[in-house]
Amino acid sequence: MLEWRRRREPSTLMLWLSPLIAIGLTMLLGMIVFTAMGYDGFHAVESIFVTPFVEPQRWPDLGVKAAPLVMIALGLAIGFRANVWNIGAEGQYVMGAIAGTGVALATHGMTGWWILPAMAFAGVLGGMAWAAVPAFLRVRLQVSEILTSLMLTYVAVQGLNYLVRGPWKDPDGFNFPQTRMFGADQTLPAIMPGSLVHIGIPAALLIALVAWLLMEKTTAGYAVKVVGLAPAAARHGGFSADRVTWATLLAGGGLAGLAGLFEAAGPFGQLTPQFPTGYGFTAIIVAFLGRLNPLGIVFGGVVLAATYVGGEIAQTTVRLPQAATGMFQALLLFVLLATDVLVKYRIGWKVRAA
Amino acid sequence: MTTAILVSILMTLVAASTPILLAALGELVTEKAGVLNLGVEGMMLCGAVAGFAVAFSTGSTMLGLVAAMAAGVATAMVFAVLTLSLTANQVATGLALTIFGIGASSLIGAGFVGRTITRLGPVFPAALSEHPLLRAVFGHDIVVYLSLALVLGVSLFLRRTRPGLILRAVGENDASAHAIGYPVIAIRYAAIAFGGALAGLGGAYFSLALTPMWADRLTAGRGWIALALVVFAAWKPGRLLLGAYLFGAVMTLELQAKAAGITWLAPEFLAMTPYLATIAVLTMMSLGRRSGRLNAPACLGKPFSAS
Repeated sequence: MLEWRRRREPSTLMLWLSPLIAIGLTMLLGMIVFTAMGYDGFHAVESIFVTPFVEPQRWPDLGVKAAPLVMIALGLAIGFRANVWNIGAEGQYVMGAIAGTGVALATHGMTGWWILPAMAFAGVLGGMAWAAVPAFLRVRLQVSEILTSLMLTYVAVQGLNYLVRGPWKDPDGFNFPQTRMFGADQTLPAIMPGSLVHIGIPAALLIALVAWLLMEKTTAGYAVKVVGLAPAAARHGGFSADRVTWATLLAGGGLAGLAGLFEAAGPFGQLTPQFPTGYGFTAIIVAFLGRLNPLGIVFGGVVLAATYVGGEIAQTTVRLPQAATGMFQALLLFVLLATDVLVKYRIGWKVRAA
Repeated sequence: MTTAILVSILMTLVAASTPILLAALGELVTEKAGVLNLGVEGMMLCGAVAGFAVAFSTGSTMLGLVAAMAAGVATAMVFAVLTLSLTANQVATGLALTIFGIGASSLIGAGFVGRTITRLGPVFPAALSEHPLLRAVFGHDIVVYLSLALVLGVSLFLRRTRPGLILRAVGENDASAHAIGYPVIAIRYAAIAFGGALAGLGGAYFSLALTPMWADRLTAGRGWIALALVVFAAWKPGRLLLGAYLFGAVMTLELQAKAAGITWLAPEFLAMTPYLATIAVLTMMSLGRRSGRLNAPACLGKPFSAS
């Protein structure tokens, strides 16, 4: 008989191997599920997980999709490490975009090198402000940040809808619910001419590096980990859980806000009701796939970006509906959580006690 | 005339409250057993789409309701296997369940967008509900009566029966319950399944009764409100009923304001109210008692392993 045996120490090998196993299993499961649903399962999986990586013309798109995911996931992961469950990143992302767009609309027709930094600053502040509400309620009143941060997402999305249909509606936009297009100085410069590749991509990589240094090499990063693993020991060691809650939520909100601003000033170039793209939720999967480790998250971001890019490819190659992308992403998270058991347990043959 | 209007508002209120009440009642039982399942929204969506798909293809709303419950249980079992048998983190797995529910319902529902079915009708013959006041009592569909019966049933089960006591013991102190010889894991499996069934049923109430058609993400975060409601109710079924109907009132107000053509307040602000109300309610609950997680089962969210 096979049995699960608890490991004395969590397996470091499995910690890094299980995401790869999970990706493999997801591909296999996806093949089975989509074949059962009447699609060409093999080519669906190939389009989603292989084509985006082997066709160089897809790489810029991969980077464009990965950048916001990585940025948001970095903030979330730091919080998850400290048992702070910010799941309202989508709302913070939208608020960041709204705040940055406010600056863009206020500077409409103006030019100047300072406009983009001001927009980015407003974006970060917008996301932070939206995350400050759950932080305050959690620290002062012990209200679960899970529910408040999520509720605020719905509020932010309605706020966006109000603005683009009301006060911010483009006066020359034929009554479409959208803001003016941003001007040249309100738009992120493309770093690869003729493509959508914008400054957000190197920024995301840089932030990942900084986050890694912060988490692994500083006392602050250590405090976050201790508060998450052993709250009692953290108190004893003089680390304030409240300060960690504030810091992680503000960091998460600020990064989500920056990601939102980069999307608004980058691929979108304006705000529309289609702006809430679900990156805030997908970033949760990215964070887990990256093992809550900043460098792992870069890898996770690229994999999840591939599901978007590949999902679009699969729409044309095997007529897989767009919704299949979400299904693949969810499947990946499920399988990942399931394979996590390998970190704590090993499979062995049952030995009868002598 | 005014009675008729009041009764019609009341009917809307009850209908709007029922799916939240069902989902929250299921989650209450799950949490009483010590398990925090954040996947309510996902289970509701799976129930909603399964209910609609089956009702659409068989023409039977009743079969749709049964299928919705089955779908709720099936998705809940994925959560149960991951958290109970594989000791995965409950928060993460619950989030995964919701993300999965959104994705799966969107994929399965893609073929049903725009299709309509016969709405779930009242149980009693129309003759009984001709008078407005009688309609307020006899004019509801079967799920409404079922939800009320379930509130009573769960309340009695938890307070008055031995299995109910054991379930609470498992949620309050799993180690002791295990030491006495109760099957902690099996009881938690059952509680999660019950929660899944009710979430699935609540989800189907959206697609079969409230808006008899399929639209992407039609539960619109009500599953999360159900989770908040359990906190508001301090894990008591009676207060859950009160809370669900209060939320129903907020949502009815939103609909009434829209219908009345109120223009000074943009519809987007009205649409925010249920979510802002949820935050307000959670805040007030904590203001009342500074202890915070008042009355929560002691083992809520903590993994259990017998070894």
